[in-house]
Amino acid sequence: MDKDINIKVKVWRQNGPKDKGHFETYPLENISQGSSFLEMLDILNEQLINEGKEPVVFDHDCREGICGMCSLYINGHPHGPDQGITTCQLHMRRFNDGDTITVEPWRSAGFPIIKDLMVDRTAFDKIMQAGGYVSVNTGGVPDANAIPIPRHDAEMAMDAAACIGCGACVAACKNGSAMLFVSAKVSQLALLPQGRVERKQRAKAMVAKMDELGFGNCTNTGACEVECPKNISITNIARLNREFLKAKFAD
Amino acid sequence: MSWLIKSSIGRKFVQSISGLFLILFLLFHMSMNLVLIFSYDSYNFIANEVLGANWWAVAATGVLALGFVFHILYGVFLTLQNRKARGKDRYASASKTKTTWSSQNMFVLGLFILLFLGLHLYQMWYQMQFKELLGIEGFRHDSAQLTAEVFSSLWVVIVYELAFLSLWFHLTHGFWSALHTVGWNNTVWMKRIKVIGNVFSTIVCLGFAIVPIAVYLGYSNLLG
Amino acid sequence: MNKINSKIPEGPLAEKWTNYKNHQKLVNPANKRRLDIIVVGTGLAGASAAASLGELGFNVLNFCIQDSPRRAHSIAAQGGINAAKNYPNDGDSVYRLFYDTIKGGDYRAREANVYRLAEVSNSIIDQCVAQGVPFAREYGGLLDNRSFGGAQVSRTFYARGQTGQQLLLGAYSALSRAVHRKQVKLYTRYEMVDLVIIDGRARGIIARNLVTGKLERFAAHAVVIATGGYGNTFFLSTNAMTSNGSAAWQCYKRGAYFANPCMAQIHPTCIPVHGEFQSKLTLMSESLRNDGRIWVPKKLEDAQAIREGKLKPTDIREEDRDYYLERRYPAFGNLVPRDVASRAAKERCDAGYGVGNTGLAVYLDFADAIHRLGRDVVEARYGNLFQMYEKIVDDNPYETPMMIYPAIHYTMGGIWVDYELMTSIPGLFAIGEANFSDHGANRLGASALMQGLADGYFVLPYTIQNYLADQINVPRFKTDAPEFDTVEKEINDRIDRLMSIRGKHSVDHIHKELGHVMWDFVGMGRDAEGLRTAIEKLKEVKKDFWTNLRIPGNKETLNVELEKALRLADFIEIGELMAHDALDREESCGGHFRLEHQTPEGEALRHDDQFSYVSCWEYRGEDQDPVMYKEPLNYEFVVRQQRNYKS
Repeated sequence: MDKDINIKVKVWRQNGPKDKGHFETYPLENISQGSSFLEMLDILNEQLINEGKEPVVFDHDCREGICGMCSLYINGHPHGPDQGITTCQLHMRRFNDGDTITVEPWRSAGFPIIKDLMVDRTAFDKIMQAGGYVSVNTGGVPDANAIPIPRHDAEMAMDAAACIGCGACVAACKNGSAMLFVSAKVSQLALLPQGRVERKQRAKAMVAKMDELGFGNCTNTGACEVECPKNISITNIARLNREFLKAKFAD
Repeated sequence: MSWLIKSSIGRKFVQSISGLFLILFLLFHMSMNLVLIFSYDSYNFIANEVLGANWWAVAATGVLALGFVFHILYGVFLTLQNRKARGKDRYASASKTKTTWSSQNMFVLGLFILLFLGLHLYQMWYQMQFKELLGIEGFRHDSAQLTAEVFSSLWVVIVYELAFLSLWFHLTHGFWSALHTVGWNNTVWMKRIKVIGNVFSTIVCLGFAIVPIAVYLGYSNLLG
Repeated sequence: MNKINSKIPEGPLAEKWTNYKNHQKLVNPANKRRLDIIVVGTGLAGASAAASLGELGFNVLNFCIQDSPRRAHSIAAQGGINAAKNYPNDGDSVYRLFYDTIKGGDYRAREANVYRLAEVSNSIIDQCVAQGVPFAREYGGLLDNRSFGGAQVSRTFYARGQTGQQLLLGAYSALSRAVHRKQVKLYTRYEMVDLVIIDGRARGIIARNLVTGKLERFAAHAVVIATGGYGNTFFLSTNAMTSNGSAAWQCYKRGAYFANPCMAQIHPTCIPVHGEFQSKLTLMSESLRNDGRIWVPKKLEDAQAIREGKLKPTDIREEDRDYYLERRYPAFGNLVPRDVASRAAKERCDAGYGVGNTGLAVYLDFADAIHRLGRDVVEARYGNLFQMYEKIVDDNPYETPMMIYPAIHYTMGGIWVDYELMTSIPGLFAIGEANFSDHGANRLGASALMQGLADGYFVLPYTIQNYLADQINVPRFKTDAPEFDTVEKEINDRIDRLMSIRGKHSVDHIHKELGHVMWDFVGMGRDAEGLRTAIEKLKEVKKDFWTNLRIPGNKETLNVELEKALRLADFIEIGELMAHDALDREESCGGHFRLEHQTPEGEALRHDDQFSYVSCWEYRGEDQDPVMYKEPLNYEFVVRQQRNYKS
C-alpha cells in the first residue's frame, strides 16, 4: 500500500557547462509513494520556486518511457534502481521513509553537462547522421511485400530497434562507450535485406564517428545491457564487431 | 591497416587476438608444468631439448614476447583512452550496476599479473634460456632442480598462487570477451561461451596452481 | 463573398489528386537550390517533410524543441498505422478506408482530403519498409495486419506496441541522412516563438535558443508548421510535457485561421489520475478493449465501499456488476469508438458509480479473458501493457481488474489549411496534427500516424512546389528586414512583461487551474451554461497568470519556467477559443458533445442542416472577439448517416 514518505534529495547543481558544480540536499515531506520520480522532482521544483530559488533543470518529455529524453543517475543506477524502465516510469514506492536519494547527471566525456542534470546528447544524432539509415529517397520504392523477411529476422531487428537513444548505456559504462547504442542500429539494419546493401559502409562510418566524438572502447563489462531500459542485448555488440571487421577485412 | 590503431574496434581486435594467442600459450605452459609432477627427467628434457636455446625456441619466445607486448601496450592504451572518455567528473554514488567483478578490473588484474611475470621471468627464464643465449655465467640446465629450489620458499608459492588466482579472474572475463570482440557470439552462444570460458580458465589455473604446492609439499617427481 | 477557398480540384473523387499532380506547377532542380524552407517540428509530419523536401533539393531548416528529432511525441503512438493494402484479402480498398475515416470523423472532414489520405496510405507502408522499419510479419515473411476500432477489415500495420516509435525512427533516419548530405540544417533545443510576415507572405520565424535563451531570426521562402496538437491545454493529457500549441497560436495571431478548435479527442483507456501532484496521464492501448470487459458496481453502496477501501472489486458478485457498455451497446459492446466509450464512463462516474479512491475510474476486467483463453495467451497479447500498469499503479491486473478513465489525447482541430495544406497566410503551411484537415470531429485509431506521414512524405512535397514555383525569382531574405525587428521587439516585450510580474504562483500552479476549468466545462460533456462559465473562469485564469506568475532566473539563459510560461500564455487563449467554438457549435459530433444535443438514448445528435461546415476563426486583436468564417462541407460522394453502435 502506498504511503506518504519524508525523504532528502541530494541533487547535482551546475549553472552551466563551465561551472564547477556541487551537490545540494533538499528535504521533501509527505511525498506519495504513488507519485513518479519526476513528479517528486516537480514537487521539489514547485517548492524551490515558492522559496524564490531556481528550479532544478532536468530533461524529460513523454513521461511514458519511450521518448528517451529523461536521464538521471539515481543512487548508483542510470534510470534508478528498477530494471527495464526509464526514470519517468520509476515510482517513489521504490524508496523508503528517511532515504537520502542521490541524483546526478549522466557523466561521460561524450555527454557534456548543459545545466544541473541536463546533458548534451547530440553526439548520438551525429552518429546516426554518419550512417544510421538506409539510403532511400521518398517515393519510387518497391511494394512493401516485394521482399519477404523471415519472421525471426524481423523480430530480432525489432529487438534492436527498440533502442530509445537515452544514453543510459554510456552513463553506465566505466569506459564511456557508446557501443550498445551504435550496435543496436547497425544490427537492426544488418538483419533486414533493405539495410544489407550498405552494411559495410554503415558499420565503418558509424564506428568512425563514435570514435571521433570521444566515446570509449568497449570492454564487454555488460553494464550497458543491465541498465538499458529497453533490455537491448550486448549480442548486438558482437554483431557490430563482426560487421565492422568484415567490412575492414574486405577493403 | 591503420584502423588497428585508429578505430576502437580495431584496437579491441588487436587486444583480443593477442589475448587469445596468450591463452593458447598458457595452455601449453600449463601442460608442460604438469610434467614436473610426474617426472623430473621428462621435465628437463622439455626444458632443455625441446625449448632451450634452439632457434625454434628462440623464435617462439620472440613471437610470444611480441604477443605480450601488444597485449600490455594495447591494454594501457585502451585504459587511458577509456578513462578520458569517462570524463573528468566521477559519480558521487558508487555504481550499483550488477556486473562481474573481473570485467570491471581487467587492467588491475593484468597489472598484477605483469608484476608477477617480472618475478617469474627473473626466477626462471633469465636463469635458463636468457643466460644460455648470452653466455652468461651460471646458466641452469637442471630446470626441475631450479623449480624445486624456487618453490621451496613459502612466500614464492603464495605469490604464485595469488597470481594464478588473478589469472583466473582475468581469464574468466578475457576468454568470452575476446571471442565477443572478434564477433564470435550471439544470443544462443553467449551462455555456452561463458561456461566454456569458465571451465577452461579453471582447468588452466588449477593446472598452474597445483605445481608450486606439490613441489613445496614434496609431491613432485612421482615417477622418479 | 466567402473568404474561405479550400482549392479542392475539380473532377471525380478518385481522380482529384492525380489531376492536381498532373497540372500543378513544379520547381526545376536549379531553382530548388535557391529556395529555403523552414520546417518547425520533427515528429512524423515534420521529419518526413524536412527529409523529403531536402531530398528534392530545397534548402531546409528544421527546428526541434527537444535535444533530438527522435524525441518528438509521435514516438509514443502504440497501436499501428492504417493502409488500404488489402493484403489479408478481406475486401479493403482505398474507398473503404476513405469511407471509414469520414464516418469515424462524424462527417465533419473534407471528402477530397480524406480520399487523398487513403490513396497515399499504401505508399507510406512501402516507404517505411524500404527504410528498414521492422513491422510485424507472418511466418511466411510477409507483413501482418491487425484490426482496430471503427473498421470491419484488418488494415493496421504494426511494430509490436511501438509503431509510432518505429515510424518516427524511420523518418528520423531519413532526416539524419538529409542532414548528413547537407540538404537539411537541424536546430535542436530551439523553440519557435513567432512568425514573420513580409508583404503578406510567411517569410521567417523568430526562435528562442533554449540553451542560451537568445532570440534568433531565420528567413525562408516558405514556413511549414508541424508542431502537433494543443491537448496540453487541459494540463493533464496523454501528450508529452513539451507538447504545446504555441506555434499554431502564433500563426493564428498573425492571421492564419484556426479551424474547429473545440474538437478534441478523449481516449477512454488511460490510467486514472491518482493525486494533485500528477503531471501527465498514461495511455493504455485501445487494443485492451478487445478482451477486457468494462464495468462498475450496480449498487451505489458498493461503489461507495470500494472508494473507501472497504471492498475490493473481486468482492463484488457477478450479478452486482454493471457491464454498462455491453448493456447499452449490445452490437459493439466494449469495442464502441473512443468518444462513445469515454462518455459512457463519465456518465457512470457522474452518477456516483465510479471506483478508485477518487471515484473517477471504471474497471477493465480480464478475469473472463484469462478464464477463456488462459493466462499465457493474455500475457502474450498484453504482457507489456500489464507490466507498465503494474509499475505505475502497483496492482496486478491478472488478479485484480485494471482501473481506467478517459483523458485528453488528440486534437482534431488545428490551423486551417486548404487542399494544398497551405494556411490562410500565403507561404505558411501546416501538416500533421497541427492542421485540422483529415479527421473531422473524431479520429479513428491508427490514423494519426497515417496522416502525419501522408502529409510529410507524399502531399506537402508536391503542393508546396505549386506555391514556390512563383517564388523562384525572390532572392534569399535577409534577417535584418524591419519586419524581423518589429516581431522580435514584440516577443522581447512579451518576455520582459512575463519576467517582471514577479508574483507568487508557479507556471504549473496556474496551468493546473486552467486544466481544471477546461476539463470541468470544456471536457467530455459540454453545455451552453458551462461553456459561458468557462469563458468567465478563463478570464480569471488569464488575470491570475498575468498578475500572479513567478518566473525565477533570467531571460537570456536556459530558463525552463520561462519556456513553460510562454506556452501557458498561449494555452489559456487557446482554451478561450475552444470554449467559444464549442459554444458556437450547437450540435454534438464526434469528440464534441453538447448535452443539449443528444438522442433520447444519450447519443450524439448532429445537425447536418445547420452545422455541416468547418468553423474557421480569425484573430482580431487582444480585446476583440474572433470572427468566424464557415467552410461548407459539401458531401458529394458520401451519404451521411447517424452513427449507430447499438445494433
